Amino acid sequence: MAHNITDSFDSYDPIDQDINNEPMILQMGPSHPATHGTVRFTLTLEGEKVLKCETEVGYLHRGFEKECEAATWTQVFPYTDRLNYVSPLLNNFGYALAVEKLLGIEVPDRCNWIRTLMGEISRLSDHLTSIGAGALELNAMTAFLYAIEGRELVWDLIEQVTGARLTVSYGRVGGLKDDLPEGFAENWKYVRARLIEIHAYTNKLLTRNRVFVDRMAGTGVISPEMAISYGYTGPMLRSTGVDYDVRKDHPYFKYGEVDFDVPVGSSGDNFDRYLVRMEELVQSIRIIDQCLERMKPGPINTDDPRVMLPNKERVYNSIEGMIAHFKIVFEGLQVPPGEVYSYTEAGNGELGFYIVSNGTGKPWKIHVRSPSLIMMGGVHKLFEGGLLSDIIPTFDTVNMIGGECDK
Amino acid sequence: MAKKLIDFVQKKFASEVLHTHSRLGNDTVTVKRDKLVEIVRELRDDPSTQMDYLRTITAVDYLPRQPRFELVYVLYSMKHKHMLILRVMLEDSDAVAPSLHTLYGTAGWQEREVWDMYGIRFSGHPDLRRVLLYEEFEGHPLRKDYLKQASQPRVELLARERDSVEEFNIYVNDRPSSGSRDQ
Amino acid sequence: MGLEHQLPEVITTRLETAVGWARKHSLFQYPFVTACCGMEYMATAAARYDIARFGAEIPRFSPRQADLLWVVGTVNHKLAPFLRRIYEQMAEPKWVIAFGVCASTGGFYDNYATVQGIDKIIPVDAYIPGCPPRPEQVIDALLKLQEKIQAEPWDKYAYEEKMRQREIDGIIPAPPLFQRPE
Repeated sequence: MAHNITDSFDSYDPIDQDINNEPMILQMGPSHPATHGTVRFTLTLEGEKVLKCETEVGYLHRGFEKECEAATWTQVFPYTDRLNYVSPLLNNFGYALAVEKLLGIEVPDRCNWIRTLMGEISRLSDHLTSIGAGALELNAMTAFLYAIEGRELVWDLIEQVTGARLTVSYGRVGGLKDDLPEGFAENWKYVRARLIEIHAYTNKLLTRNRVFVDRMAGTGVISPEMAISYGYTGPMLRSTGVDYDVRKDHPYFKYGEVDFDVPVGSSGDNFDRYLVRMEELVQSIRIIDQCLERMKPGPINTDDPRVMLPNKERVYNSIEGMIAHFKIVFEGLQVPPGEVYSYTEAGNGELGFYIVSNGTGKPWKIHVRSPSLIMMGGVHKLFEGGLLSDIIPTFDTVNMIGGECDK
Repeated sequence: MAKKLIDFVQKKFASEVLHTHSRLGNDTVTVKRDKLVEIVRELRDDPSTQMDYLRTITAVDYLPRQPRFELVYVLYSMKHKHMLILRVMLEDSDAVAPSLHTLYGTAGWQEREVWDMYGIRFSGHPDLRRVLLYEEFEGHPLRKDYLKQASQPRVELLARERDSVEEFNIYVNDRPSSGSRDQ
Repeated sequence: MGLEHQLPEVITTRLETAVGWARKHSLFQYPFVTACCGMEYMATAAARYDIARFGAEIPRFSPRQADLLWVVGTVNHKLAPFLRRIYEQMAEPKWVIAFGVCASTGGFYDNYATVQGIDKIIPVDAYIPGCPPRPEQVIDALLKLQEKIQAEPWDKYAYEEKMRQREIDGIIPAPPLFQRPE
């Protein structure tokens, strides 16, 4: 264009000189509705553009590792529940796998099938919460209510199996707390139908919604090399195009025997992460169906006497049973000394447990490699250069869970 | 898992390796502290190993034993899908290690967490401060000589908690009579 | 004193009942959500167990516009000054619900990082035990709090005045008030 509209701005120079244009420092403090859990960002803004972002976490640090050093191996299970509290079963089973590696015991087949199944049910709850809360932050309240209804149905299933909705402590070293109840398969059919409906509704409401796509596409972009260098895993990494999923690359439980796809995105922005999570919902439903078909009846706990409590008839009627029960409960499982790093795929990425044992009934050290803390180390890269209002969808799709981040 | 990672490190840095083992499928190499950055850089850049992903950095405190601390680095390769655990022993009086923040973006925060919890310094780290606890906190909680319940409150705590059951009874069941409302 | 103390008793009791009724059915809440209990709070506020039917509908995400502070989840020493500041920013009348055992007494995290109960920092009106509490428990606590609000005389809502009243009545010796740092 020959005549540019900004040419007329030259006459405004004297006014411009009076305008104070230093960047503004804004605290997005620990108690903020958009930060799920408590994270504090100190943003340096120029207008609405974020120049620099300093993240501060630790507002939910509850001393998980120190508490675990004072508890026996089985008493650690409730603490692991509260790590990633939207998918507690995945944490339980990850920890149980690590201790079983140290002990060198194998669990029976049915236990692995149930662990796979309940893990995927928990993953459903995680993704529904992330999508629902993300929609809520972007003012799509209806999608939030649908996702929470889906999550309530999943929690009903979890309650039938384990007895609690949220913090379940269902896994045990060497097995599980209880077998699946009788009506589980019928209940799953009903919940499955409803979940597929909810997935379809949420898809219709959000995926091609102009406002939603405008806010999510193209924001919070990260390149694959940056993502690997900053240690991202899970849906964050898969949305950039790197095909890394612990369930496929290093199969554990029964993931090697079920058939499922891993959705991989391409552009590393928020919209891809949303689509990856929506597709993982469908794949989880597929895994659960296959598990229920292929599971055969059998024992669910290993029969290793070092680890398993004897059954109640023996405990009350024989002295050996009572002593075994007493020693296992009071002194804890005697795990041979050594260390192990074992990793599984949690809702947010790779959840690793580095466990050191010194031969007694209490762990010497448990380190949690939590995906959320690692992601918060690199999240300033996602915010810088974008607008203030892009922080909201980016932070939602990062899905930082406070309990996992701050341990 | 093949022991080729252990062989790789032993071939290139034979003088630095103190101990290796492969128990429970985790290949582990114990190295000396001095050339740690070169070893990790070799592991990251060499095309046969390509350990481009630092899974975690953590430390273990074996208090009655010297050397007291053991720094653990877990490395992984996205391409070859193999994992290696590197361990460095540190004394109590000399708990300093070189920082890897130039090699991996995630090392910055992981090292801050180790400093926060164990008190191991990382030389060359641009910004070594606490990440999970607050700056006024004294001590390093995951050390074995830190008492679990030794809390350091930031806000003055009230000497006595209010008892809401008592208050509920006052306001709901036994209302004060109208005469006592004058001040 | 204000006009309300010069009116005859019969009018003020009716007025108090009306004011109590209005206050309890229109609570603006500030959910100070930290941890796992936040998931149950979300579930209580969503479609299946709805707290909007009791009037506690809108989360006002600013303490200056809220009257009910829900402290949901664990509060640790790093977060304690922020909680105290948010409580002080709320305008009276204000009430506090401690949601979950971590907020009530510290839960099973008895260590260096956790405050053993937020009643050591701010005054609390209702405690909800549970880890996390079921939504039915939360609704029960909300109804009990509403009963309490209904029964409160309307000039006694300030914390200092409540404490002074208990000291006057000789129930307990007055605890120290907040010590502001110099």
